Amino acid sequence: MNRIVGCVSLATIAACSAPPQERAHDRLSPDEIVSGSVFLTAETRALQADDFANPGFLWVDRGEALFSEAPQTGPACVSCHADGLAGVAATYPAYDSDTDTVLNIEGRINQCRAKHQGASSLDYESDELLSLTAYIANQSRGAPVSVDTSGSARAVYEEGARYFRTRRGQFNLSCQQCHTENWGKRLRGDTLSQGHGNGFPAYRLEWQSMGSLHRRLRDCDMGVRAEPLPYGDPLYIAVELYLAARADGLEVESPAVRR
Amino acid sequence: MIWRALAAGLCLSACGAPNSALIDQDMITGDSIEQPLVNAPGDPVRGQRLFVDRDAGHCVLCHQVMGLDAEFQGNIGPDLSLVGARLSPGQLRLRIVDYQIVRPGTLMPSYYRIHDLHQVEETHSGAPILSARDIEDIVAYLERRKDVEDDA
Repeated sequence: MNRIVGCVSLATIAACSAPPQERAHDRLSPDEIVSGSVFLTAETRALQADDFANPGFLWVDRGEALFSEAPQTGPACVSCHADGLAGVAATYPAYDSDTDTVLNIEGRINQCRAKHQGASSLDYESDELLSLTAYIANQSRGAPVSVDTSGSARAVYEEGARYFRTRRGQFNLSCQQCHTENWGKRLRGDTLSQGHGNGFPAYRLEWQSMGSLHRRLRDCDMGVRAEPLPYGDPLYIAVELYLAARADGLEVESPAVRR
Repeated sequence: MIWRALAAGLCLSACGAPNSALIDQDMITGDSIEQPLVNAPGDPVRGQRLFVDRDAGHCVLCHQVMGLDAEFQGNIGPDLSLVGARLSPGQLRLRIVDYQIVRPGTLMPSYYRIHDLHQVEETHSGAPILSARDIEDIVAYLERRKDVEDDA
């Protein structure tokens, strides 16, 4: 942490050649948690911070329009949520007693569509679902991530933690080995982040587009040559819950800009 | 019925259960595999190329070698500039083949292993990351990293 912050404050990550100490512990301590934006170049951080230049706001704006637009089958989102949804996304994924499952924002939107709007589910990674998700997530920008992992959510949290710590793929690596034990070290031109989801949906330069956290998880799985899970898979939602609990207190940054 | 057959098929390819070890236990002595994996001697020039090449070993993702012509070498694994002075060819071979044999928690992937892997992508299933010849060439390159004067 100290070394990383030292480097970042000088904006000379690349010049900071000595690796931080290897960490044997299996969790991040509260005082070392840092957002992925810390590992970006100054230019990318500036792009994220500028609401006019940040390309993610194209999706946020589109989401705002969709939020007020009534589908043919029922009322618009705004007719129930007239006061907006400030702070809500910071508490997701969350347990839903109706379905007895843990839902992420995408799942909650589709549940609302079915239950209150008589509308069909939006596809994962569709422009509509990304836009609505980004619009809702953006209303929590600056709010500390704070999810409930007690009660019925506990087993799902544990399942997510297990996925995070399990070695997989032809490279036989776990998320944990890179993002908890070796964050801050150099992977060629990149620096390993702590793997938080607080910026998602995020605009990734590599994608030249907005994308969900599940798209990012699929990229990571394929990076170690593991078969990625389908979008919206309950196991990825479990990982999402584990990641949010692991990032407790970190500010929501969506729409973040990432490499 | 079809689902069950499909599920069984998926499990066979994804769980890696039918794959047995490529390296016999009796080839391992301590932290070393003395016997080369192929008969022909390793080619250090090709080994250096594989060490850098993104589509081959891409070892520079995590390691660095002083003087090697490759930008932004990683620092997740140890510096290998003088690794030939530190480790024998047999020790290098074991570390590339399957270092997890002697260090189960290591981050170093096993480049010549197909057993006990989990959720492997279909396109890579049942094959090691590198071929036996690739590994011998990389060992030949690394065993020559003995002196800062050596041409990397």
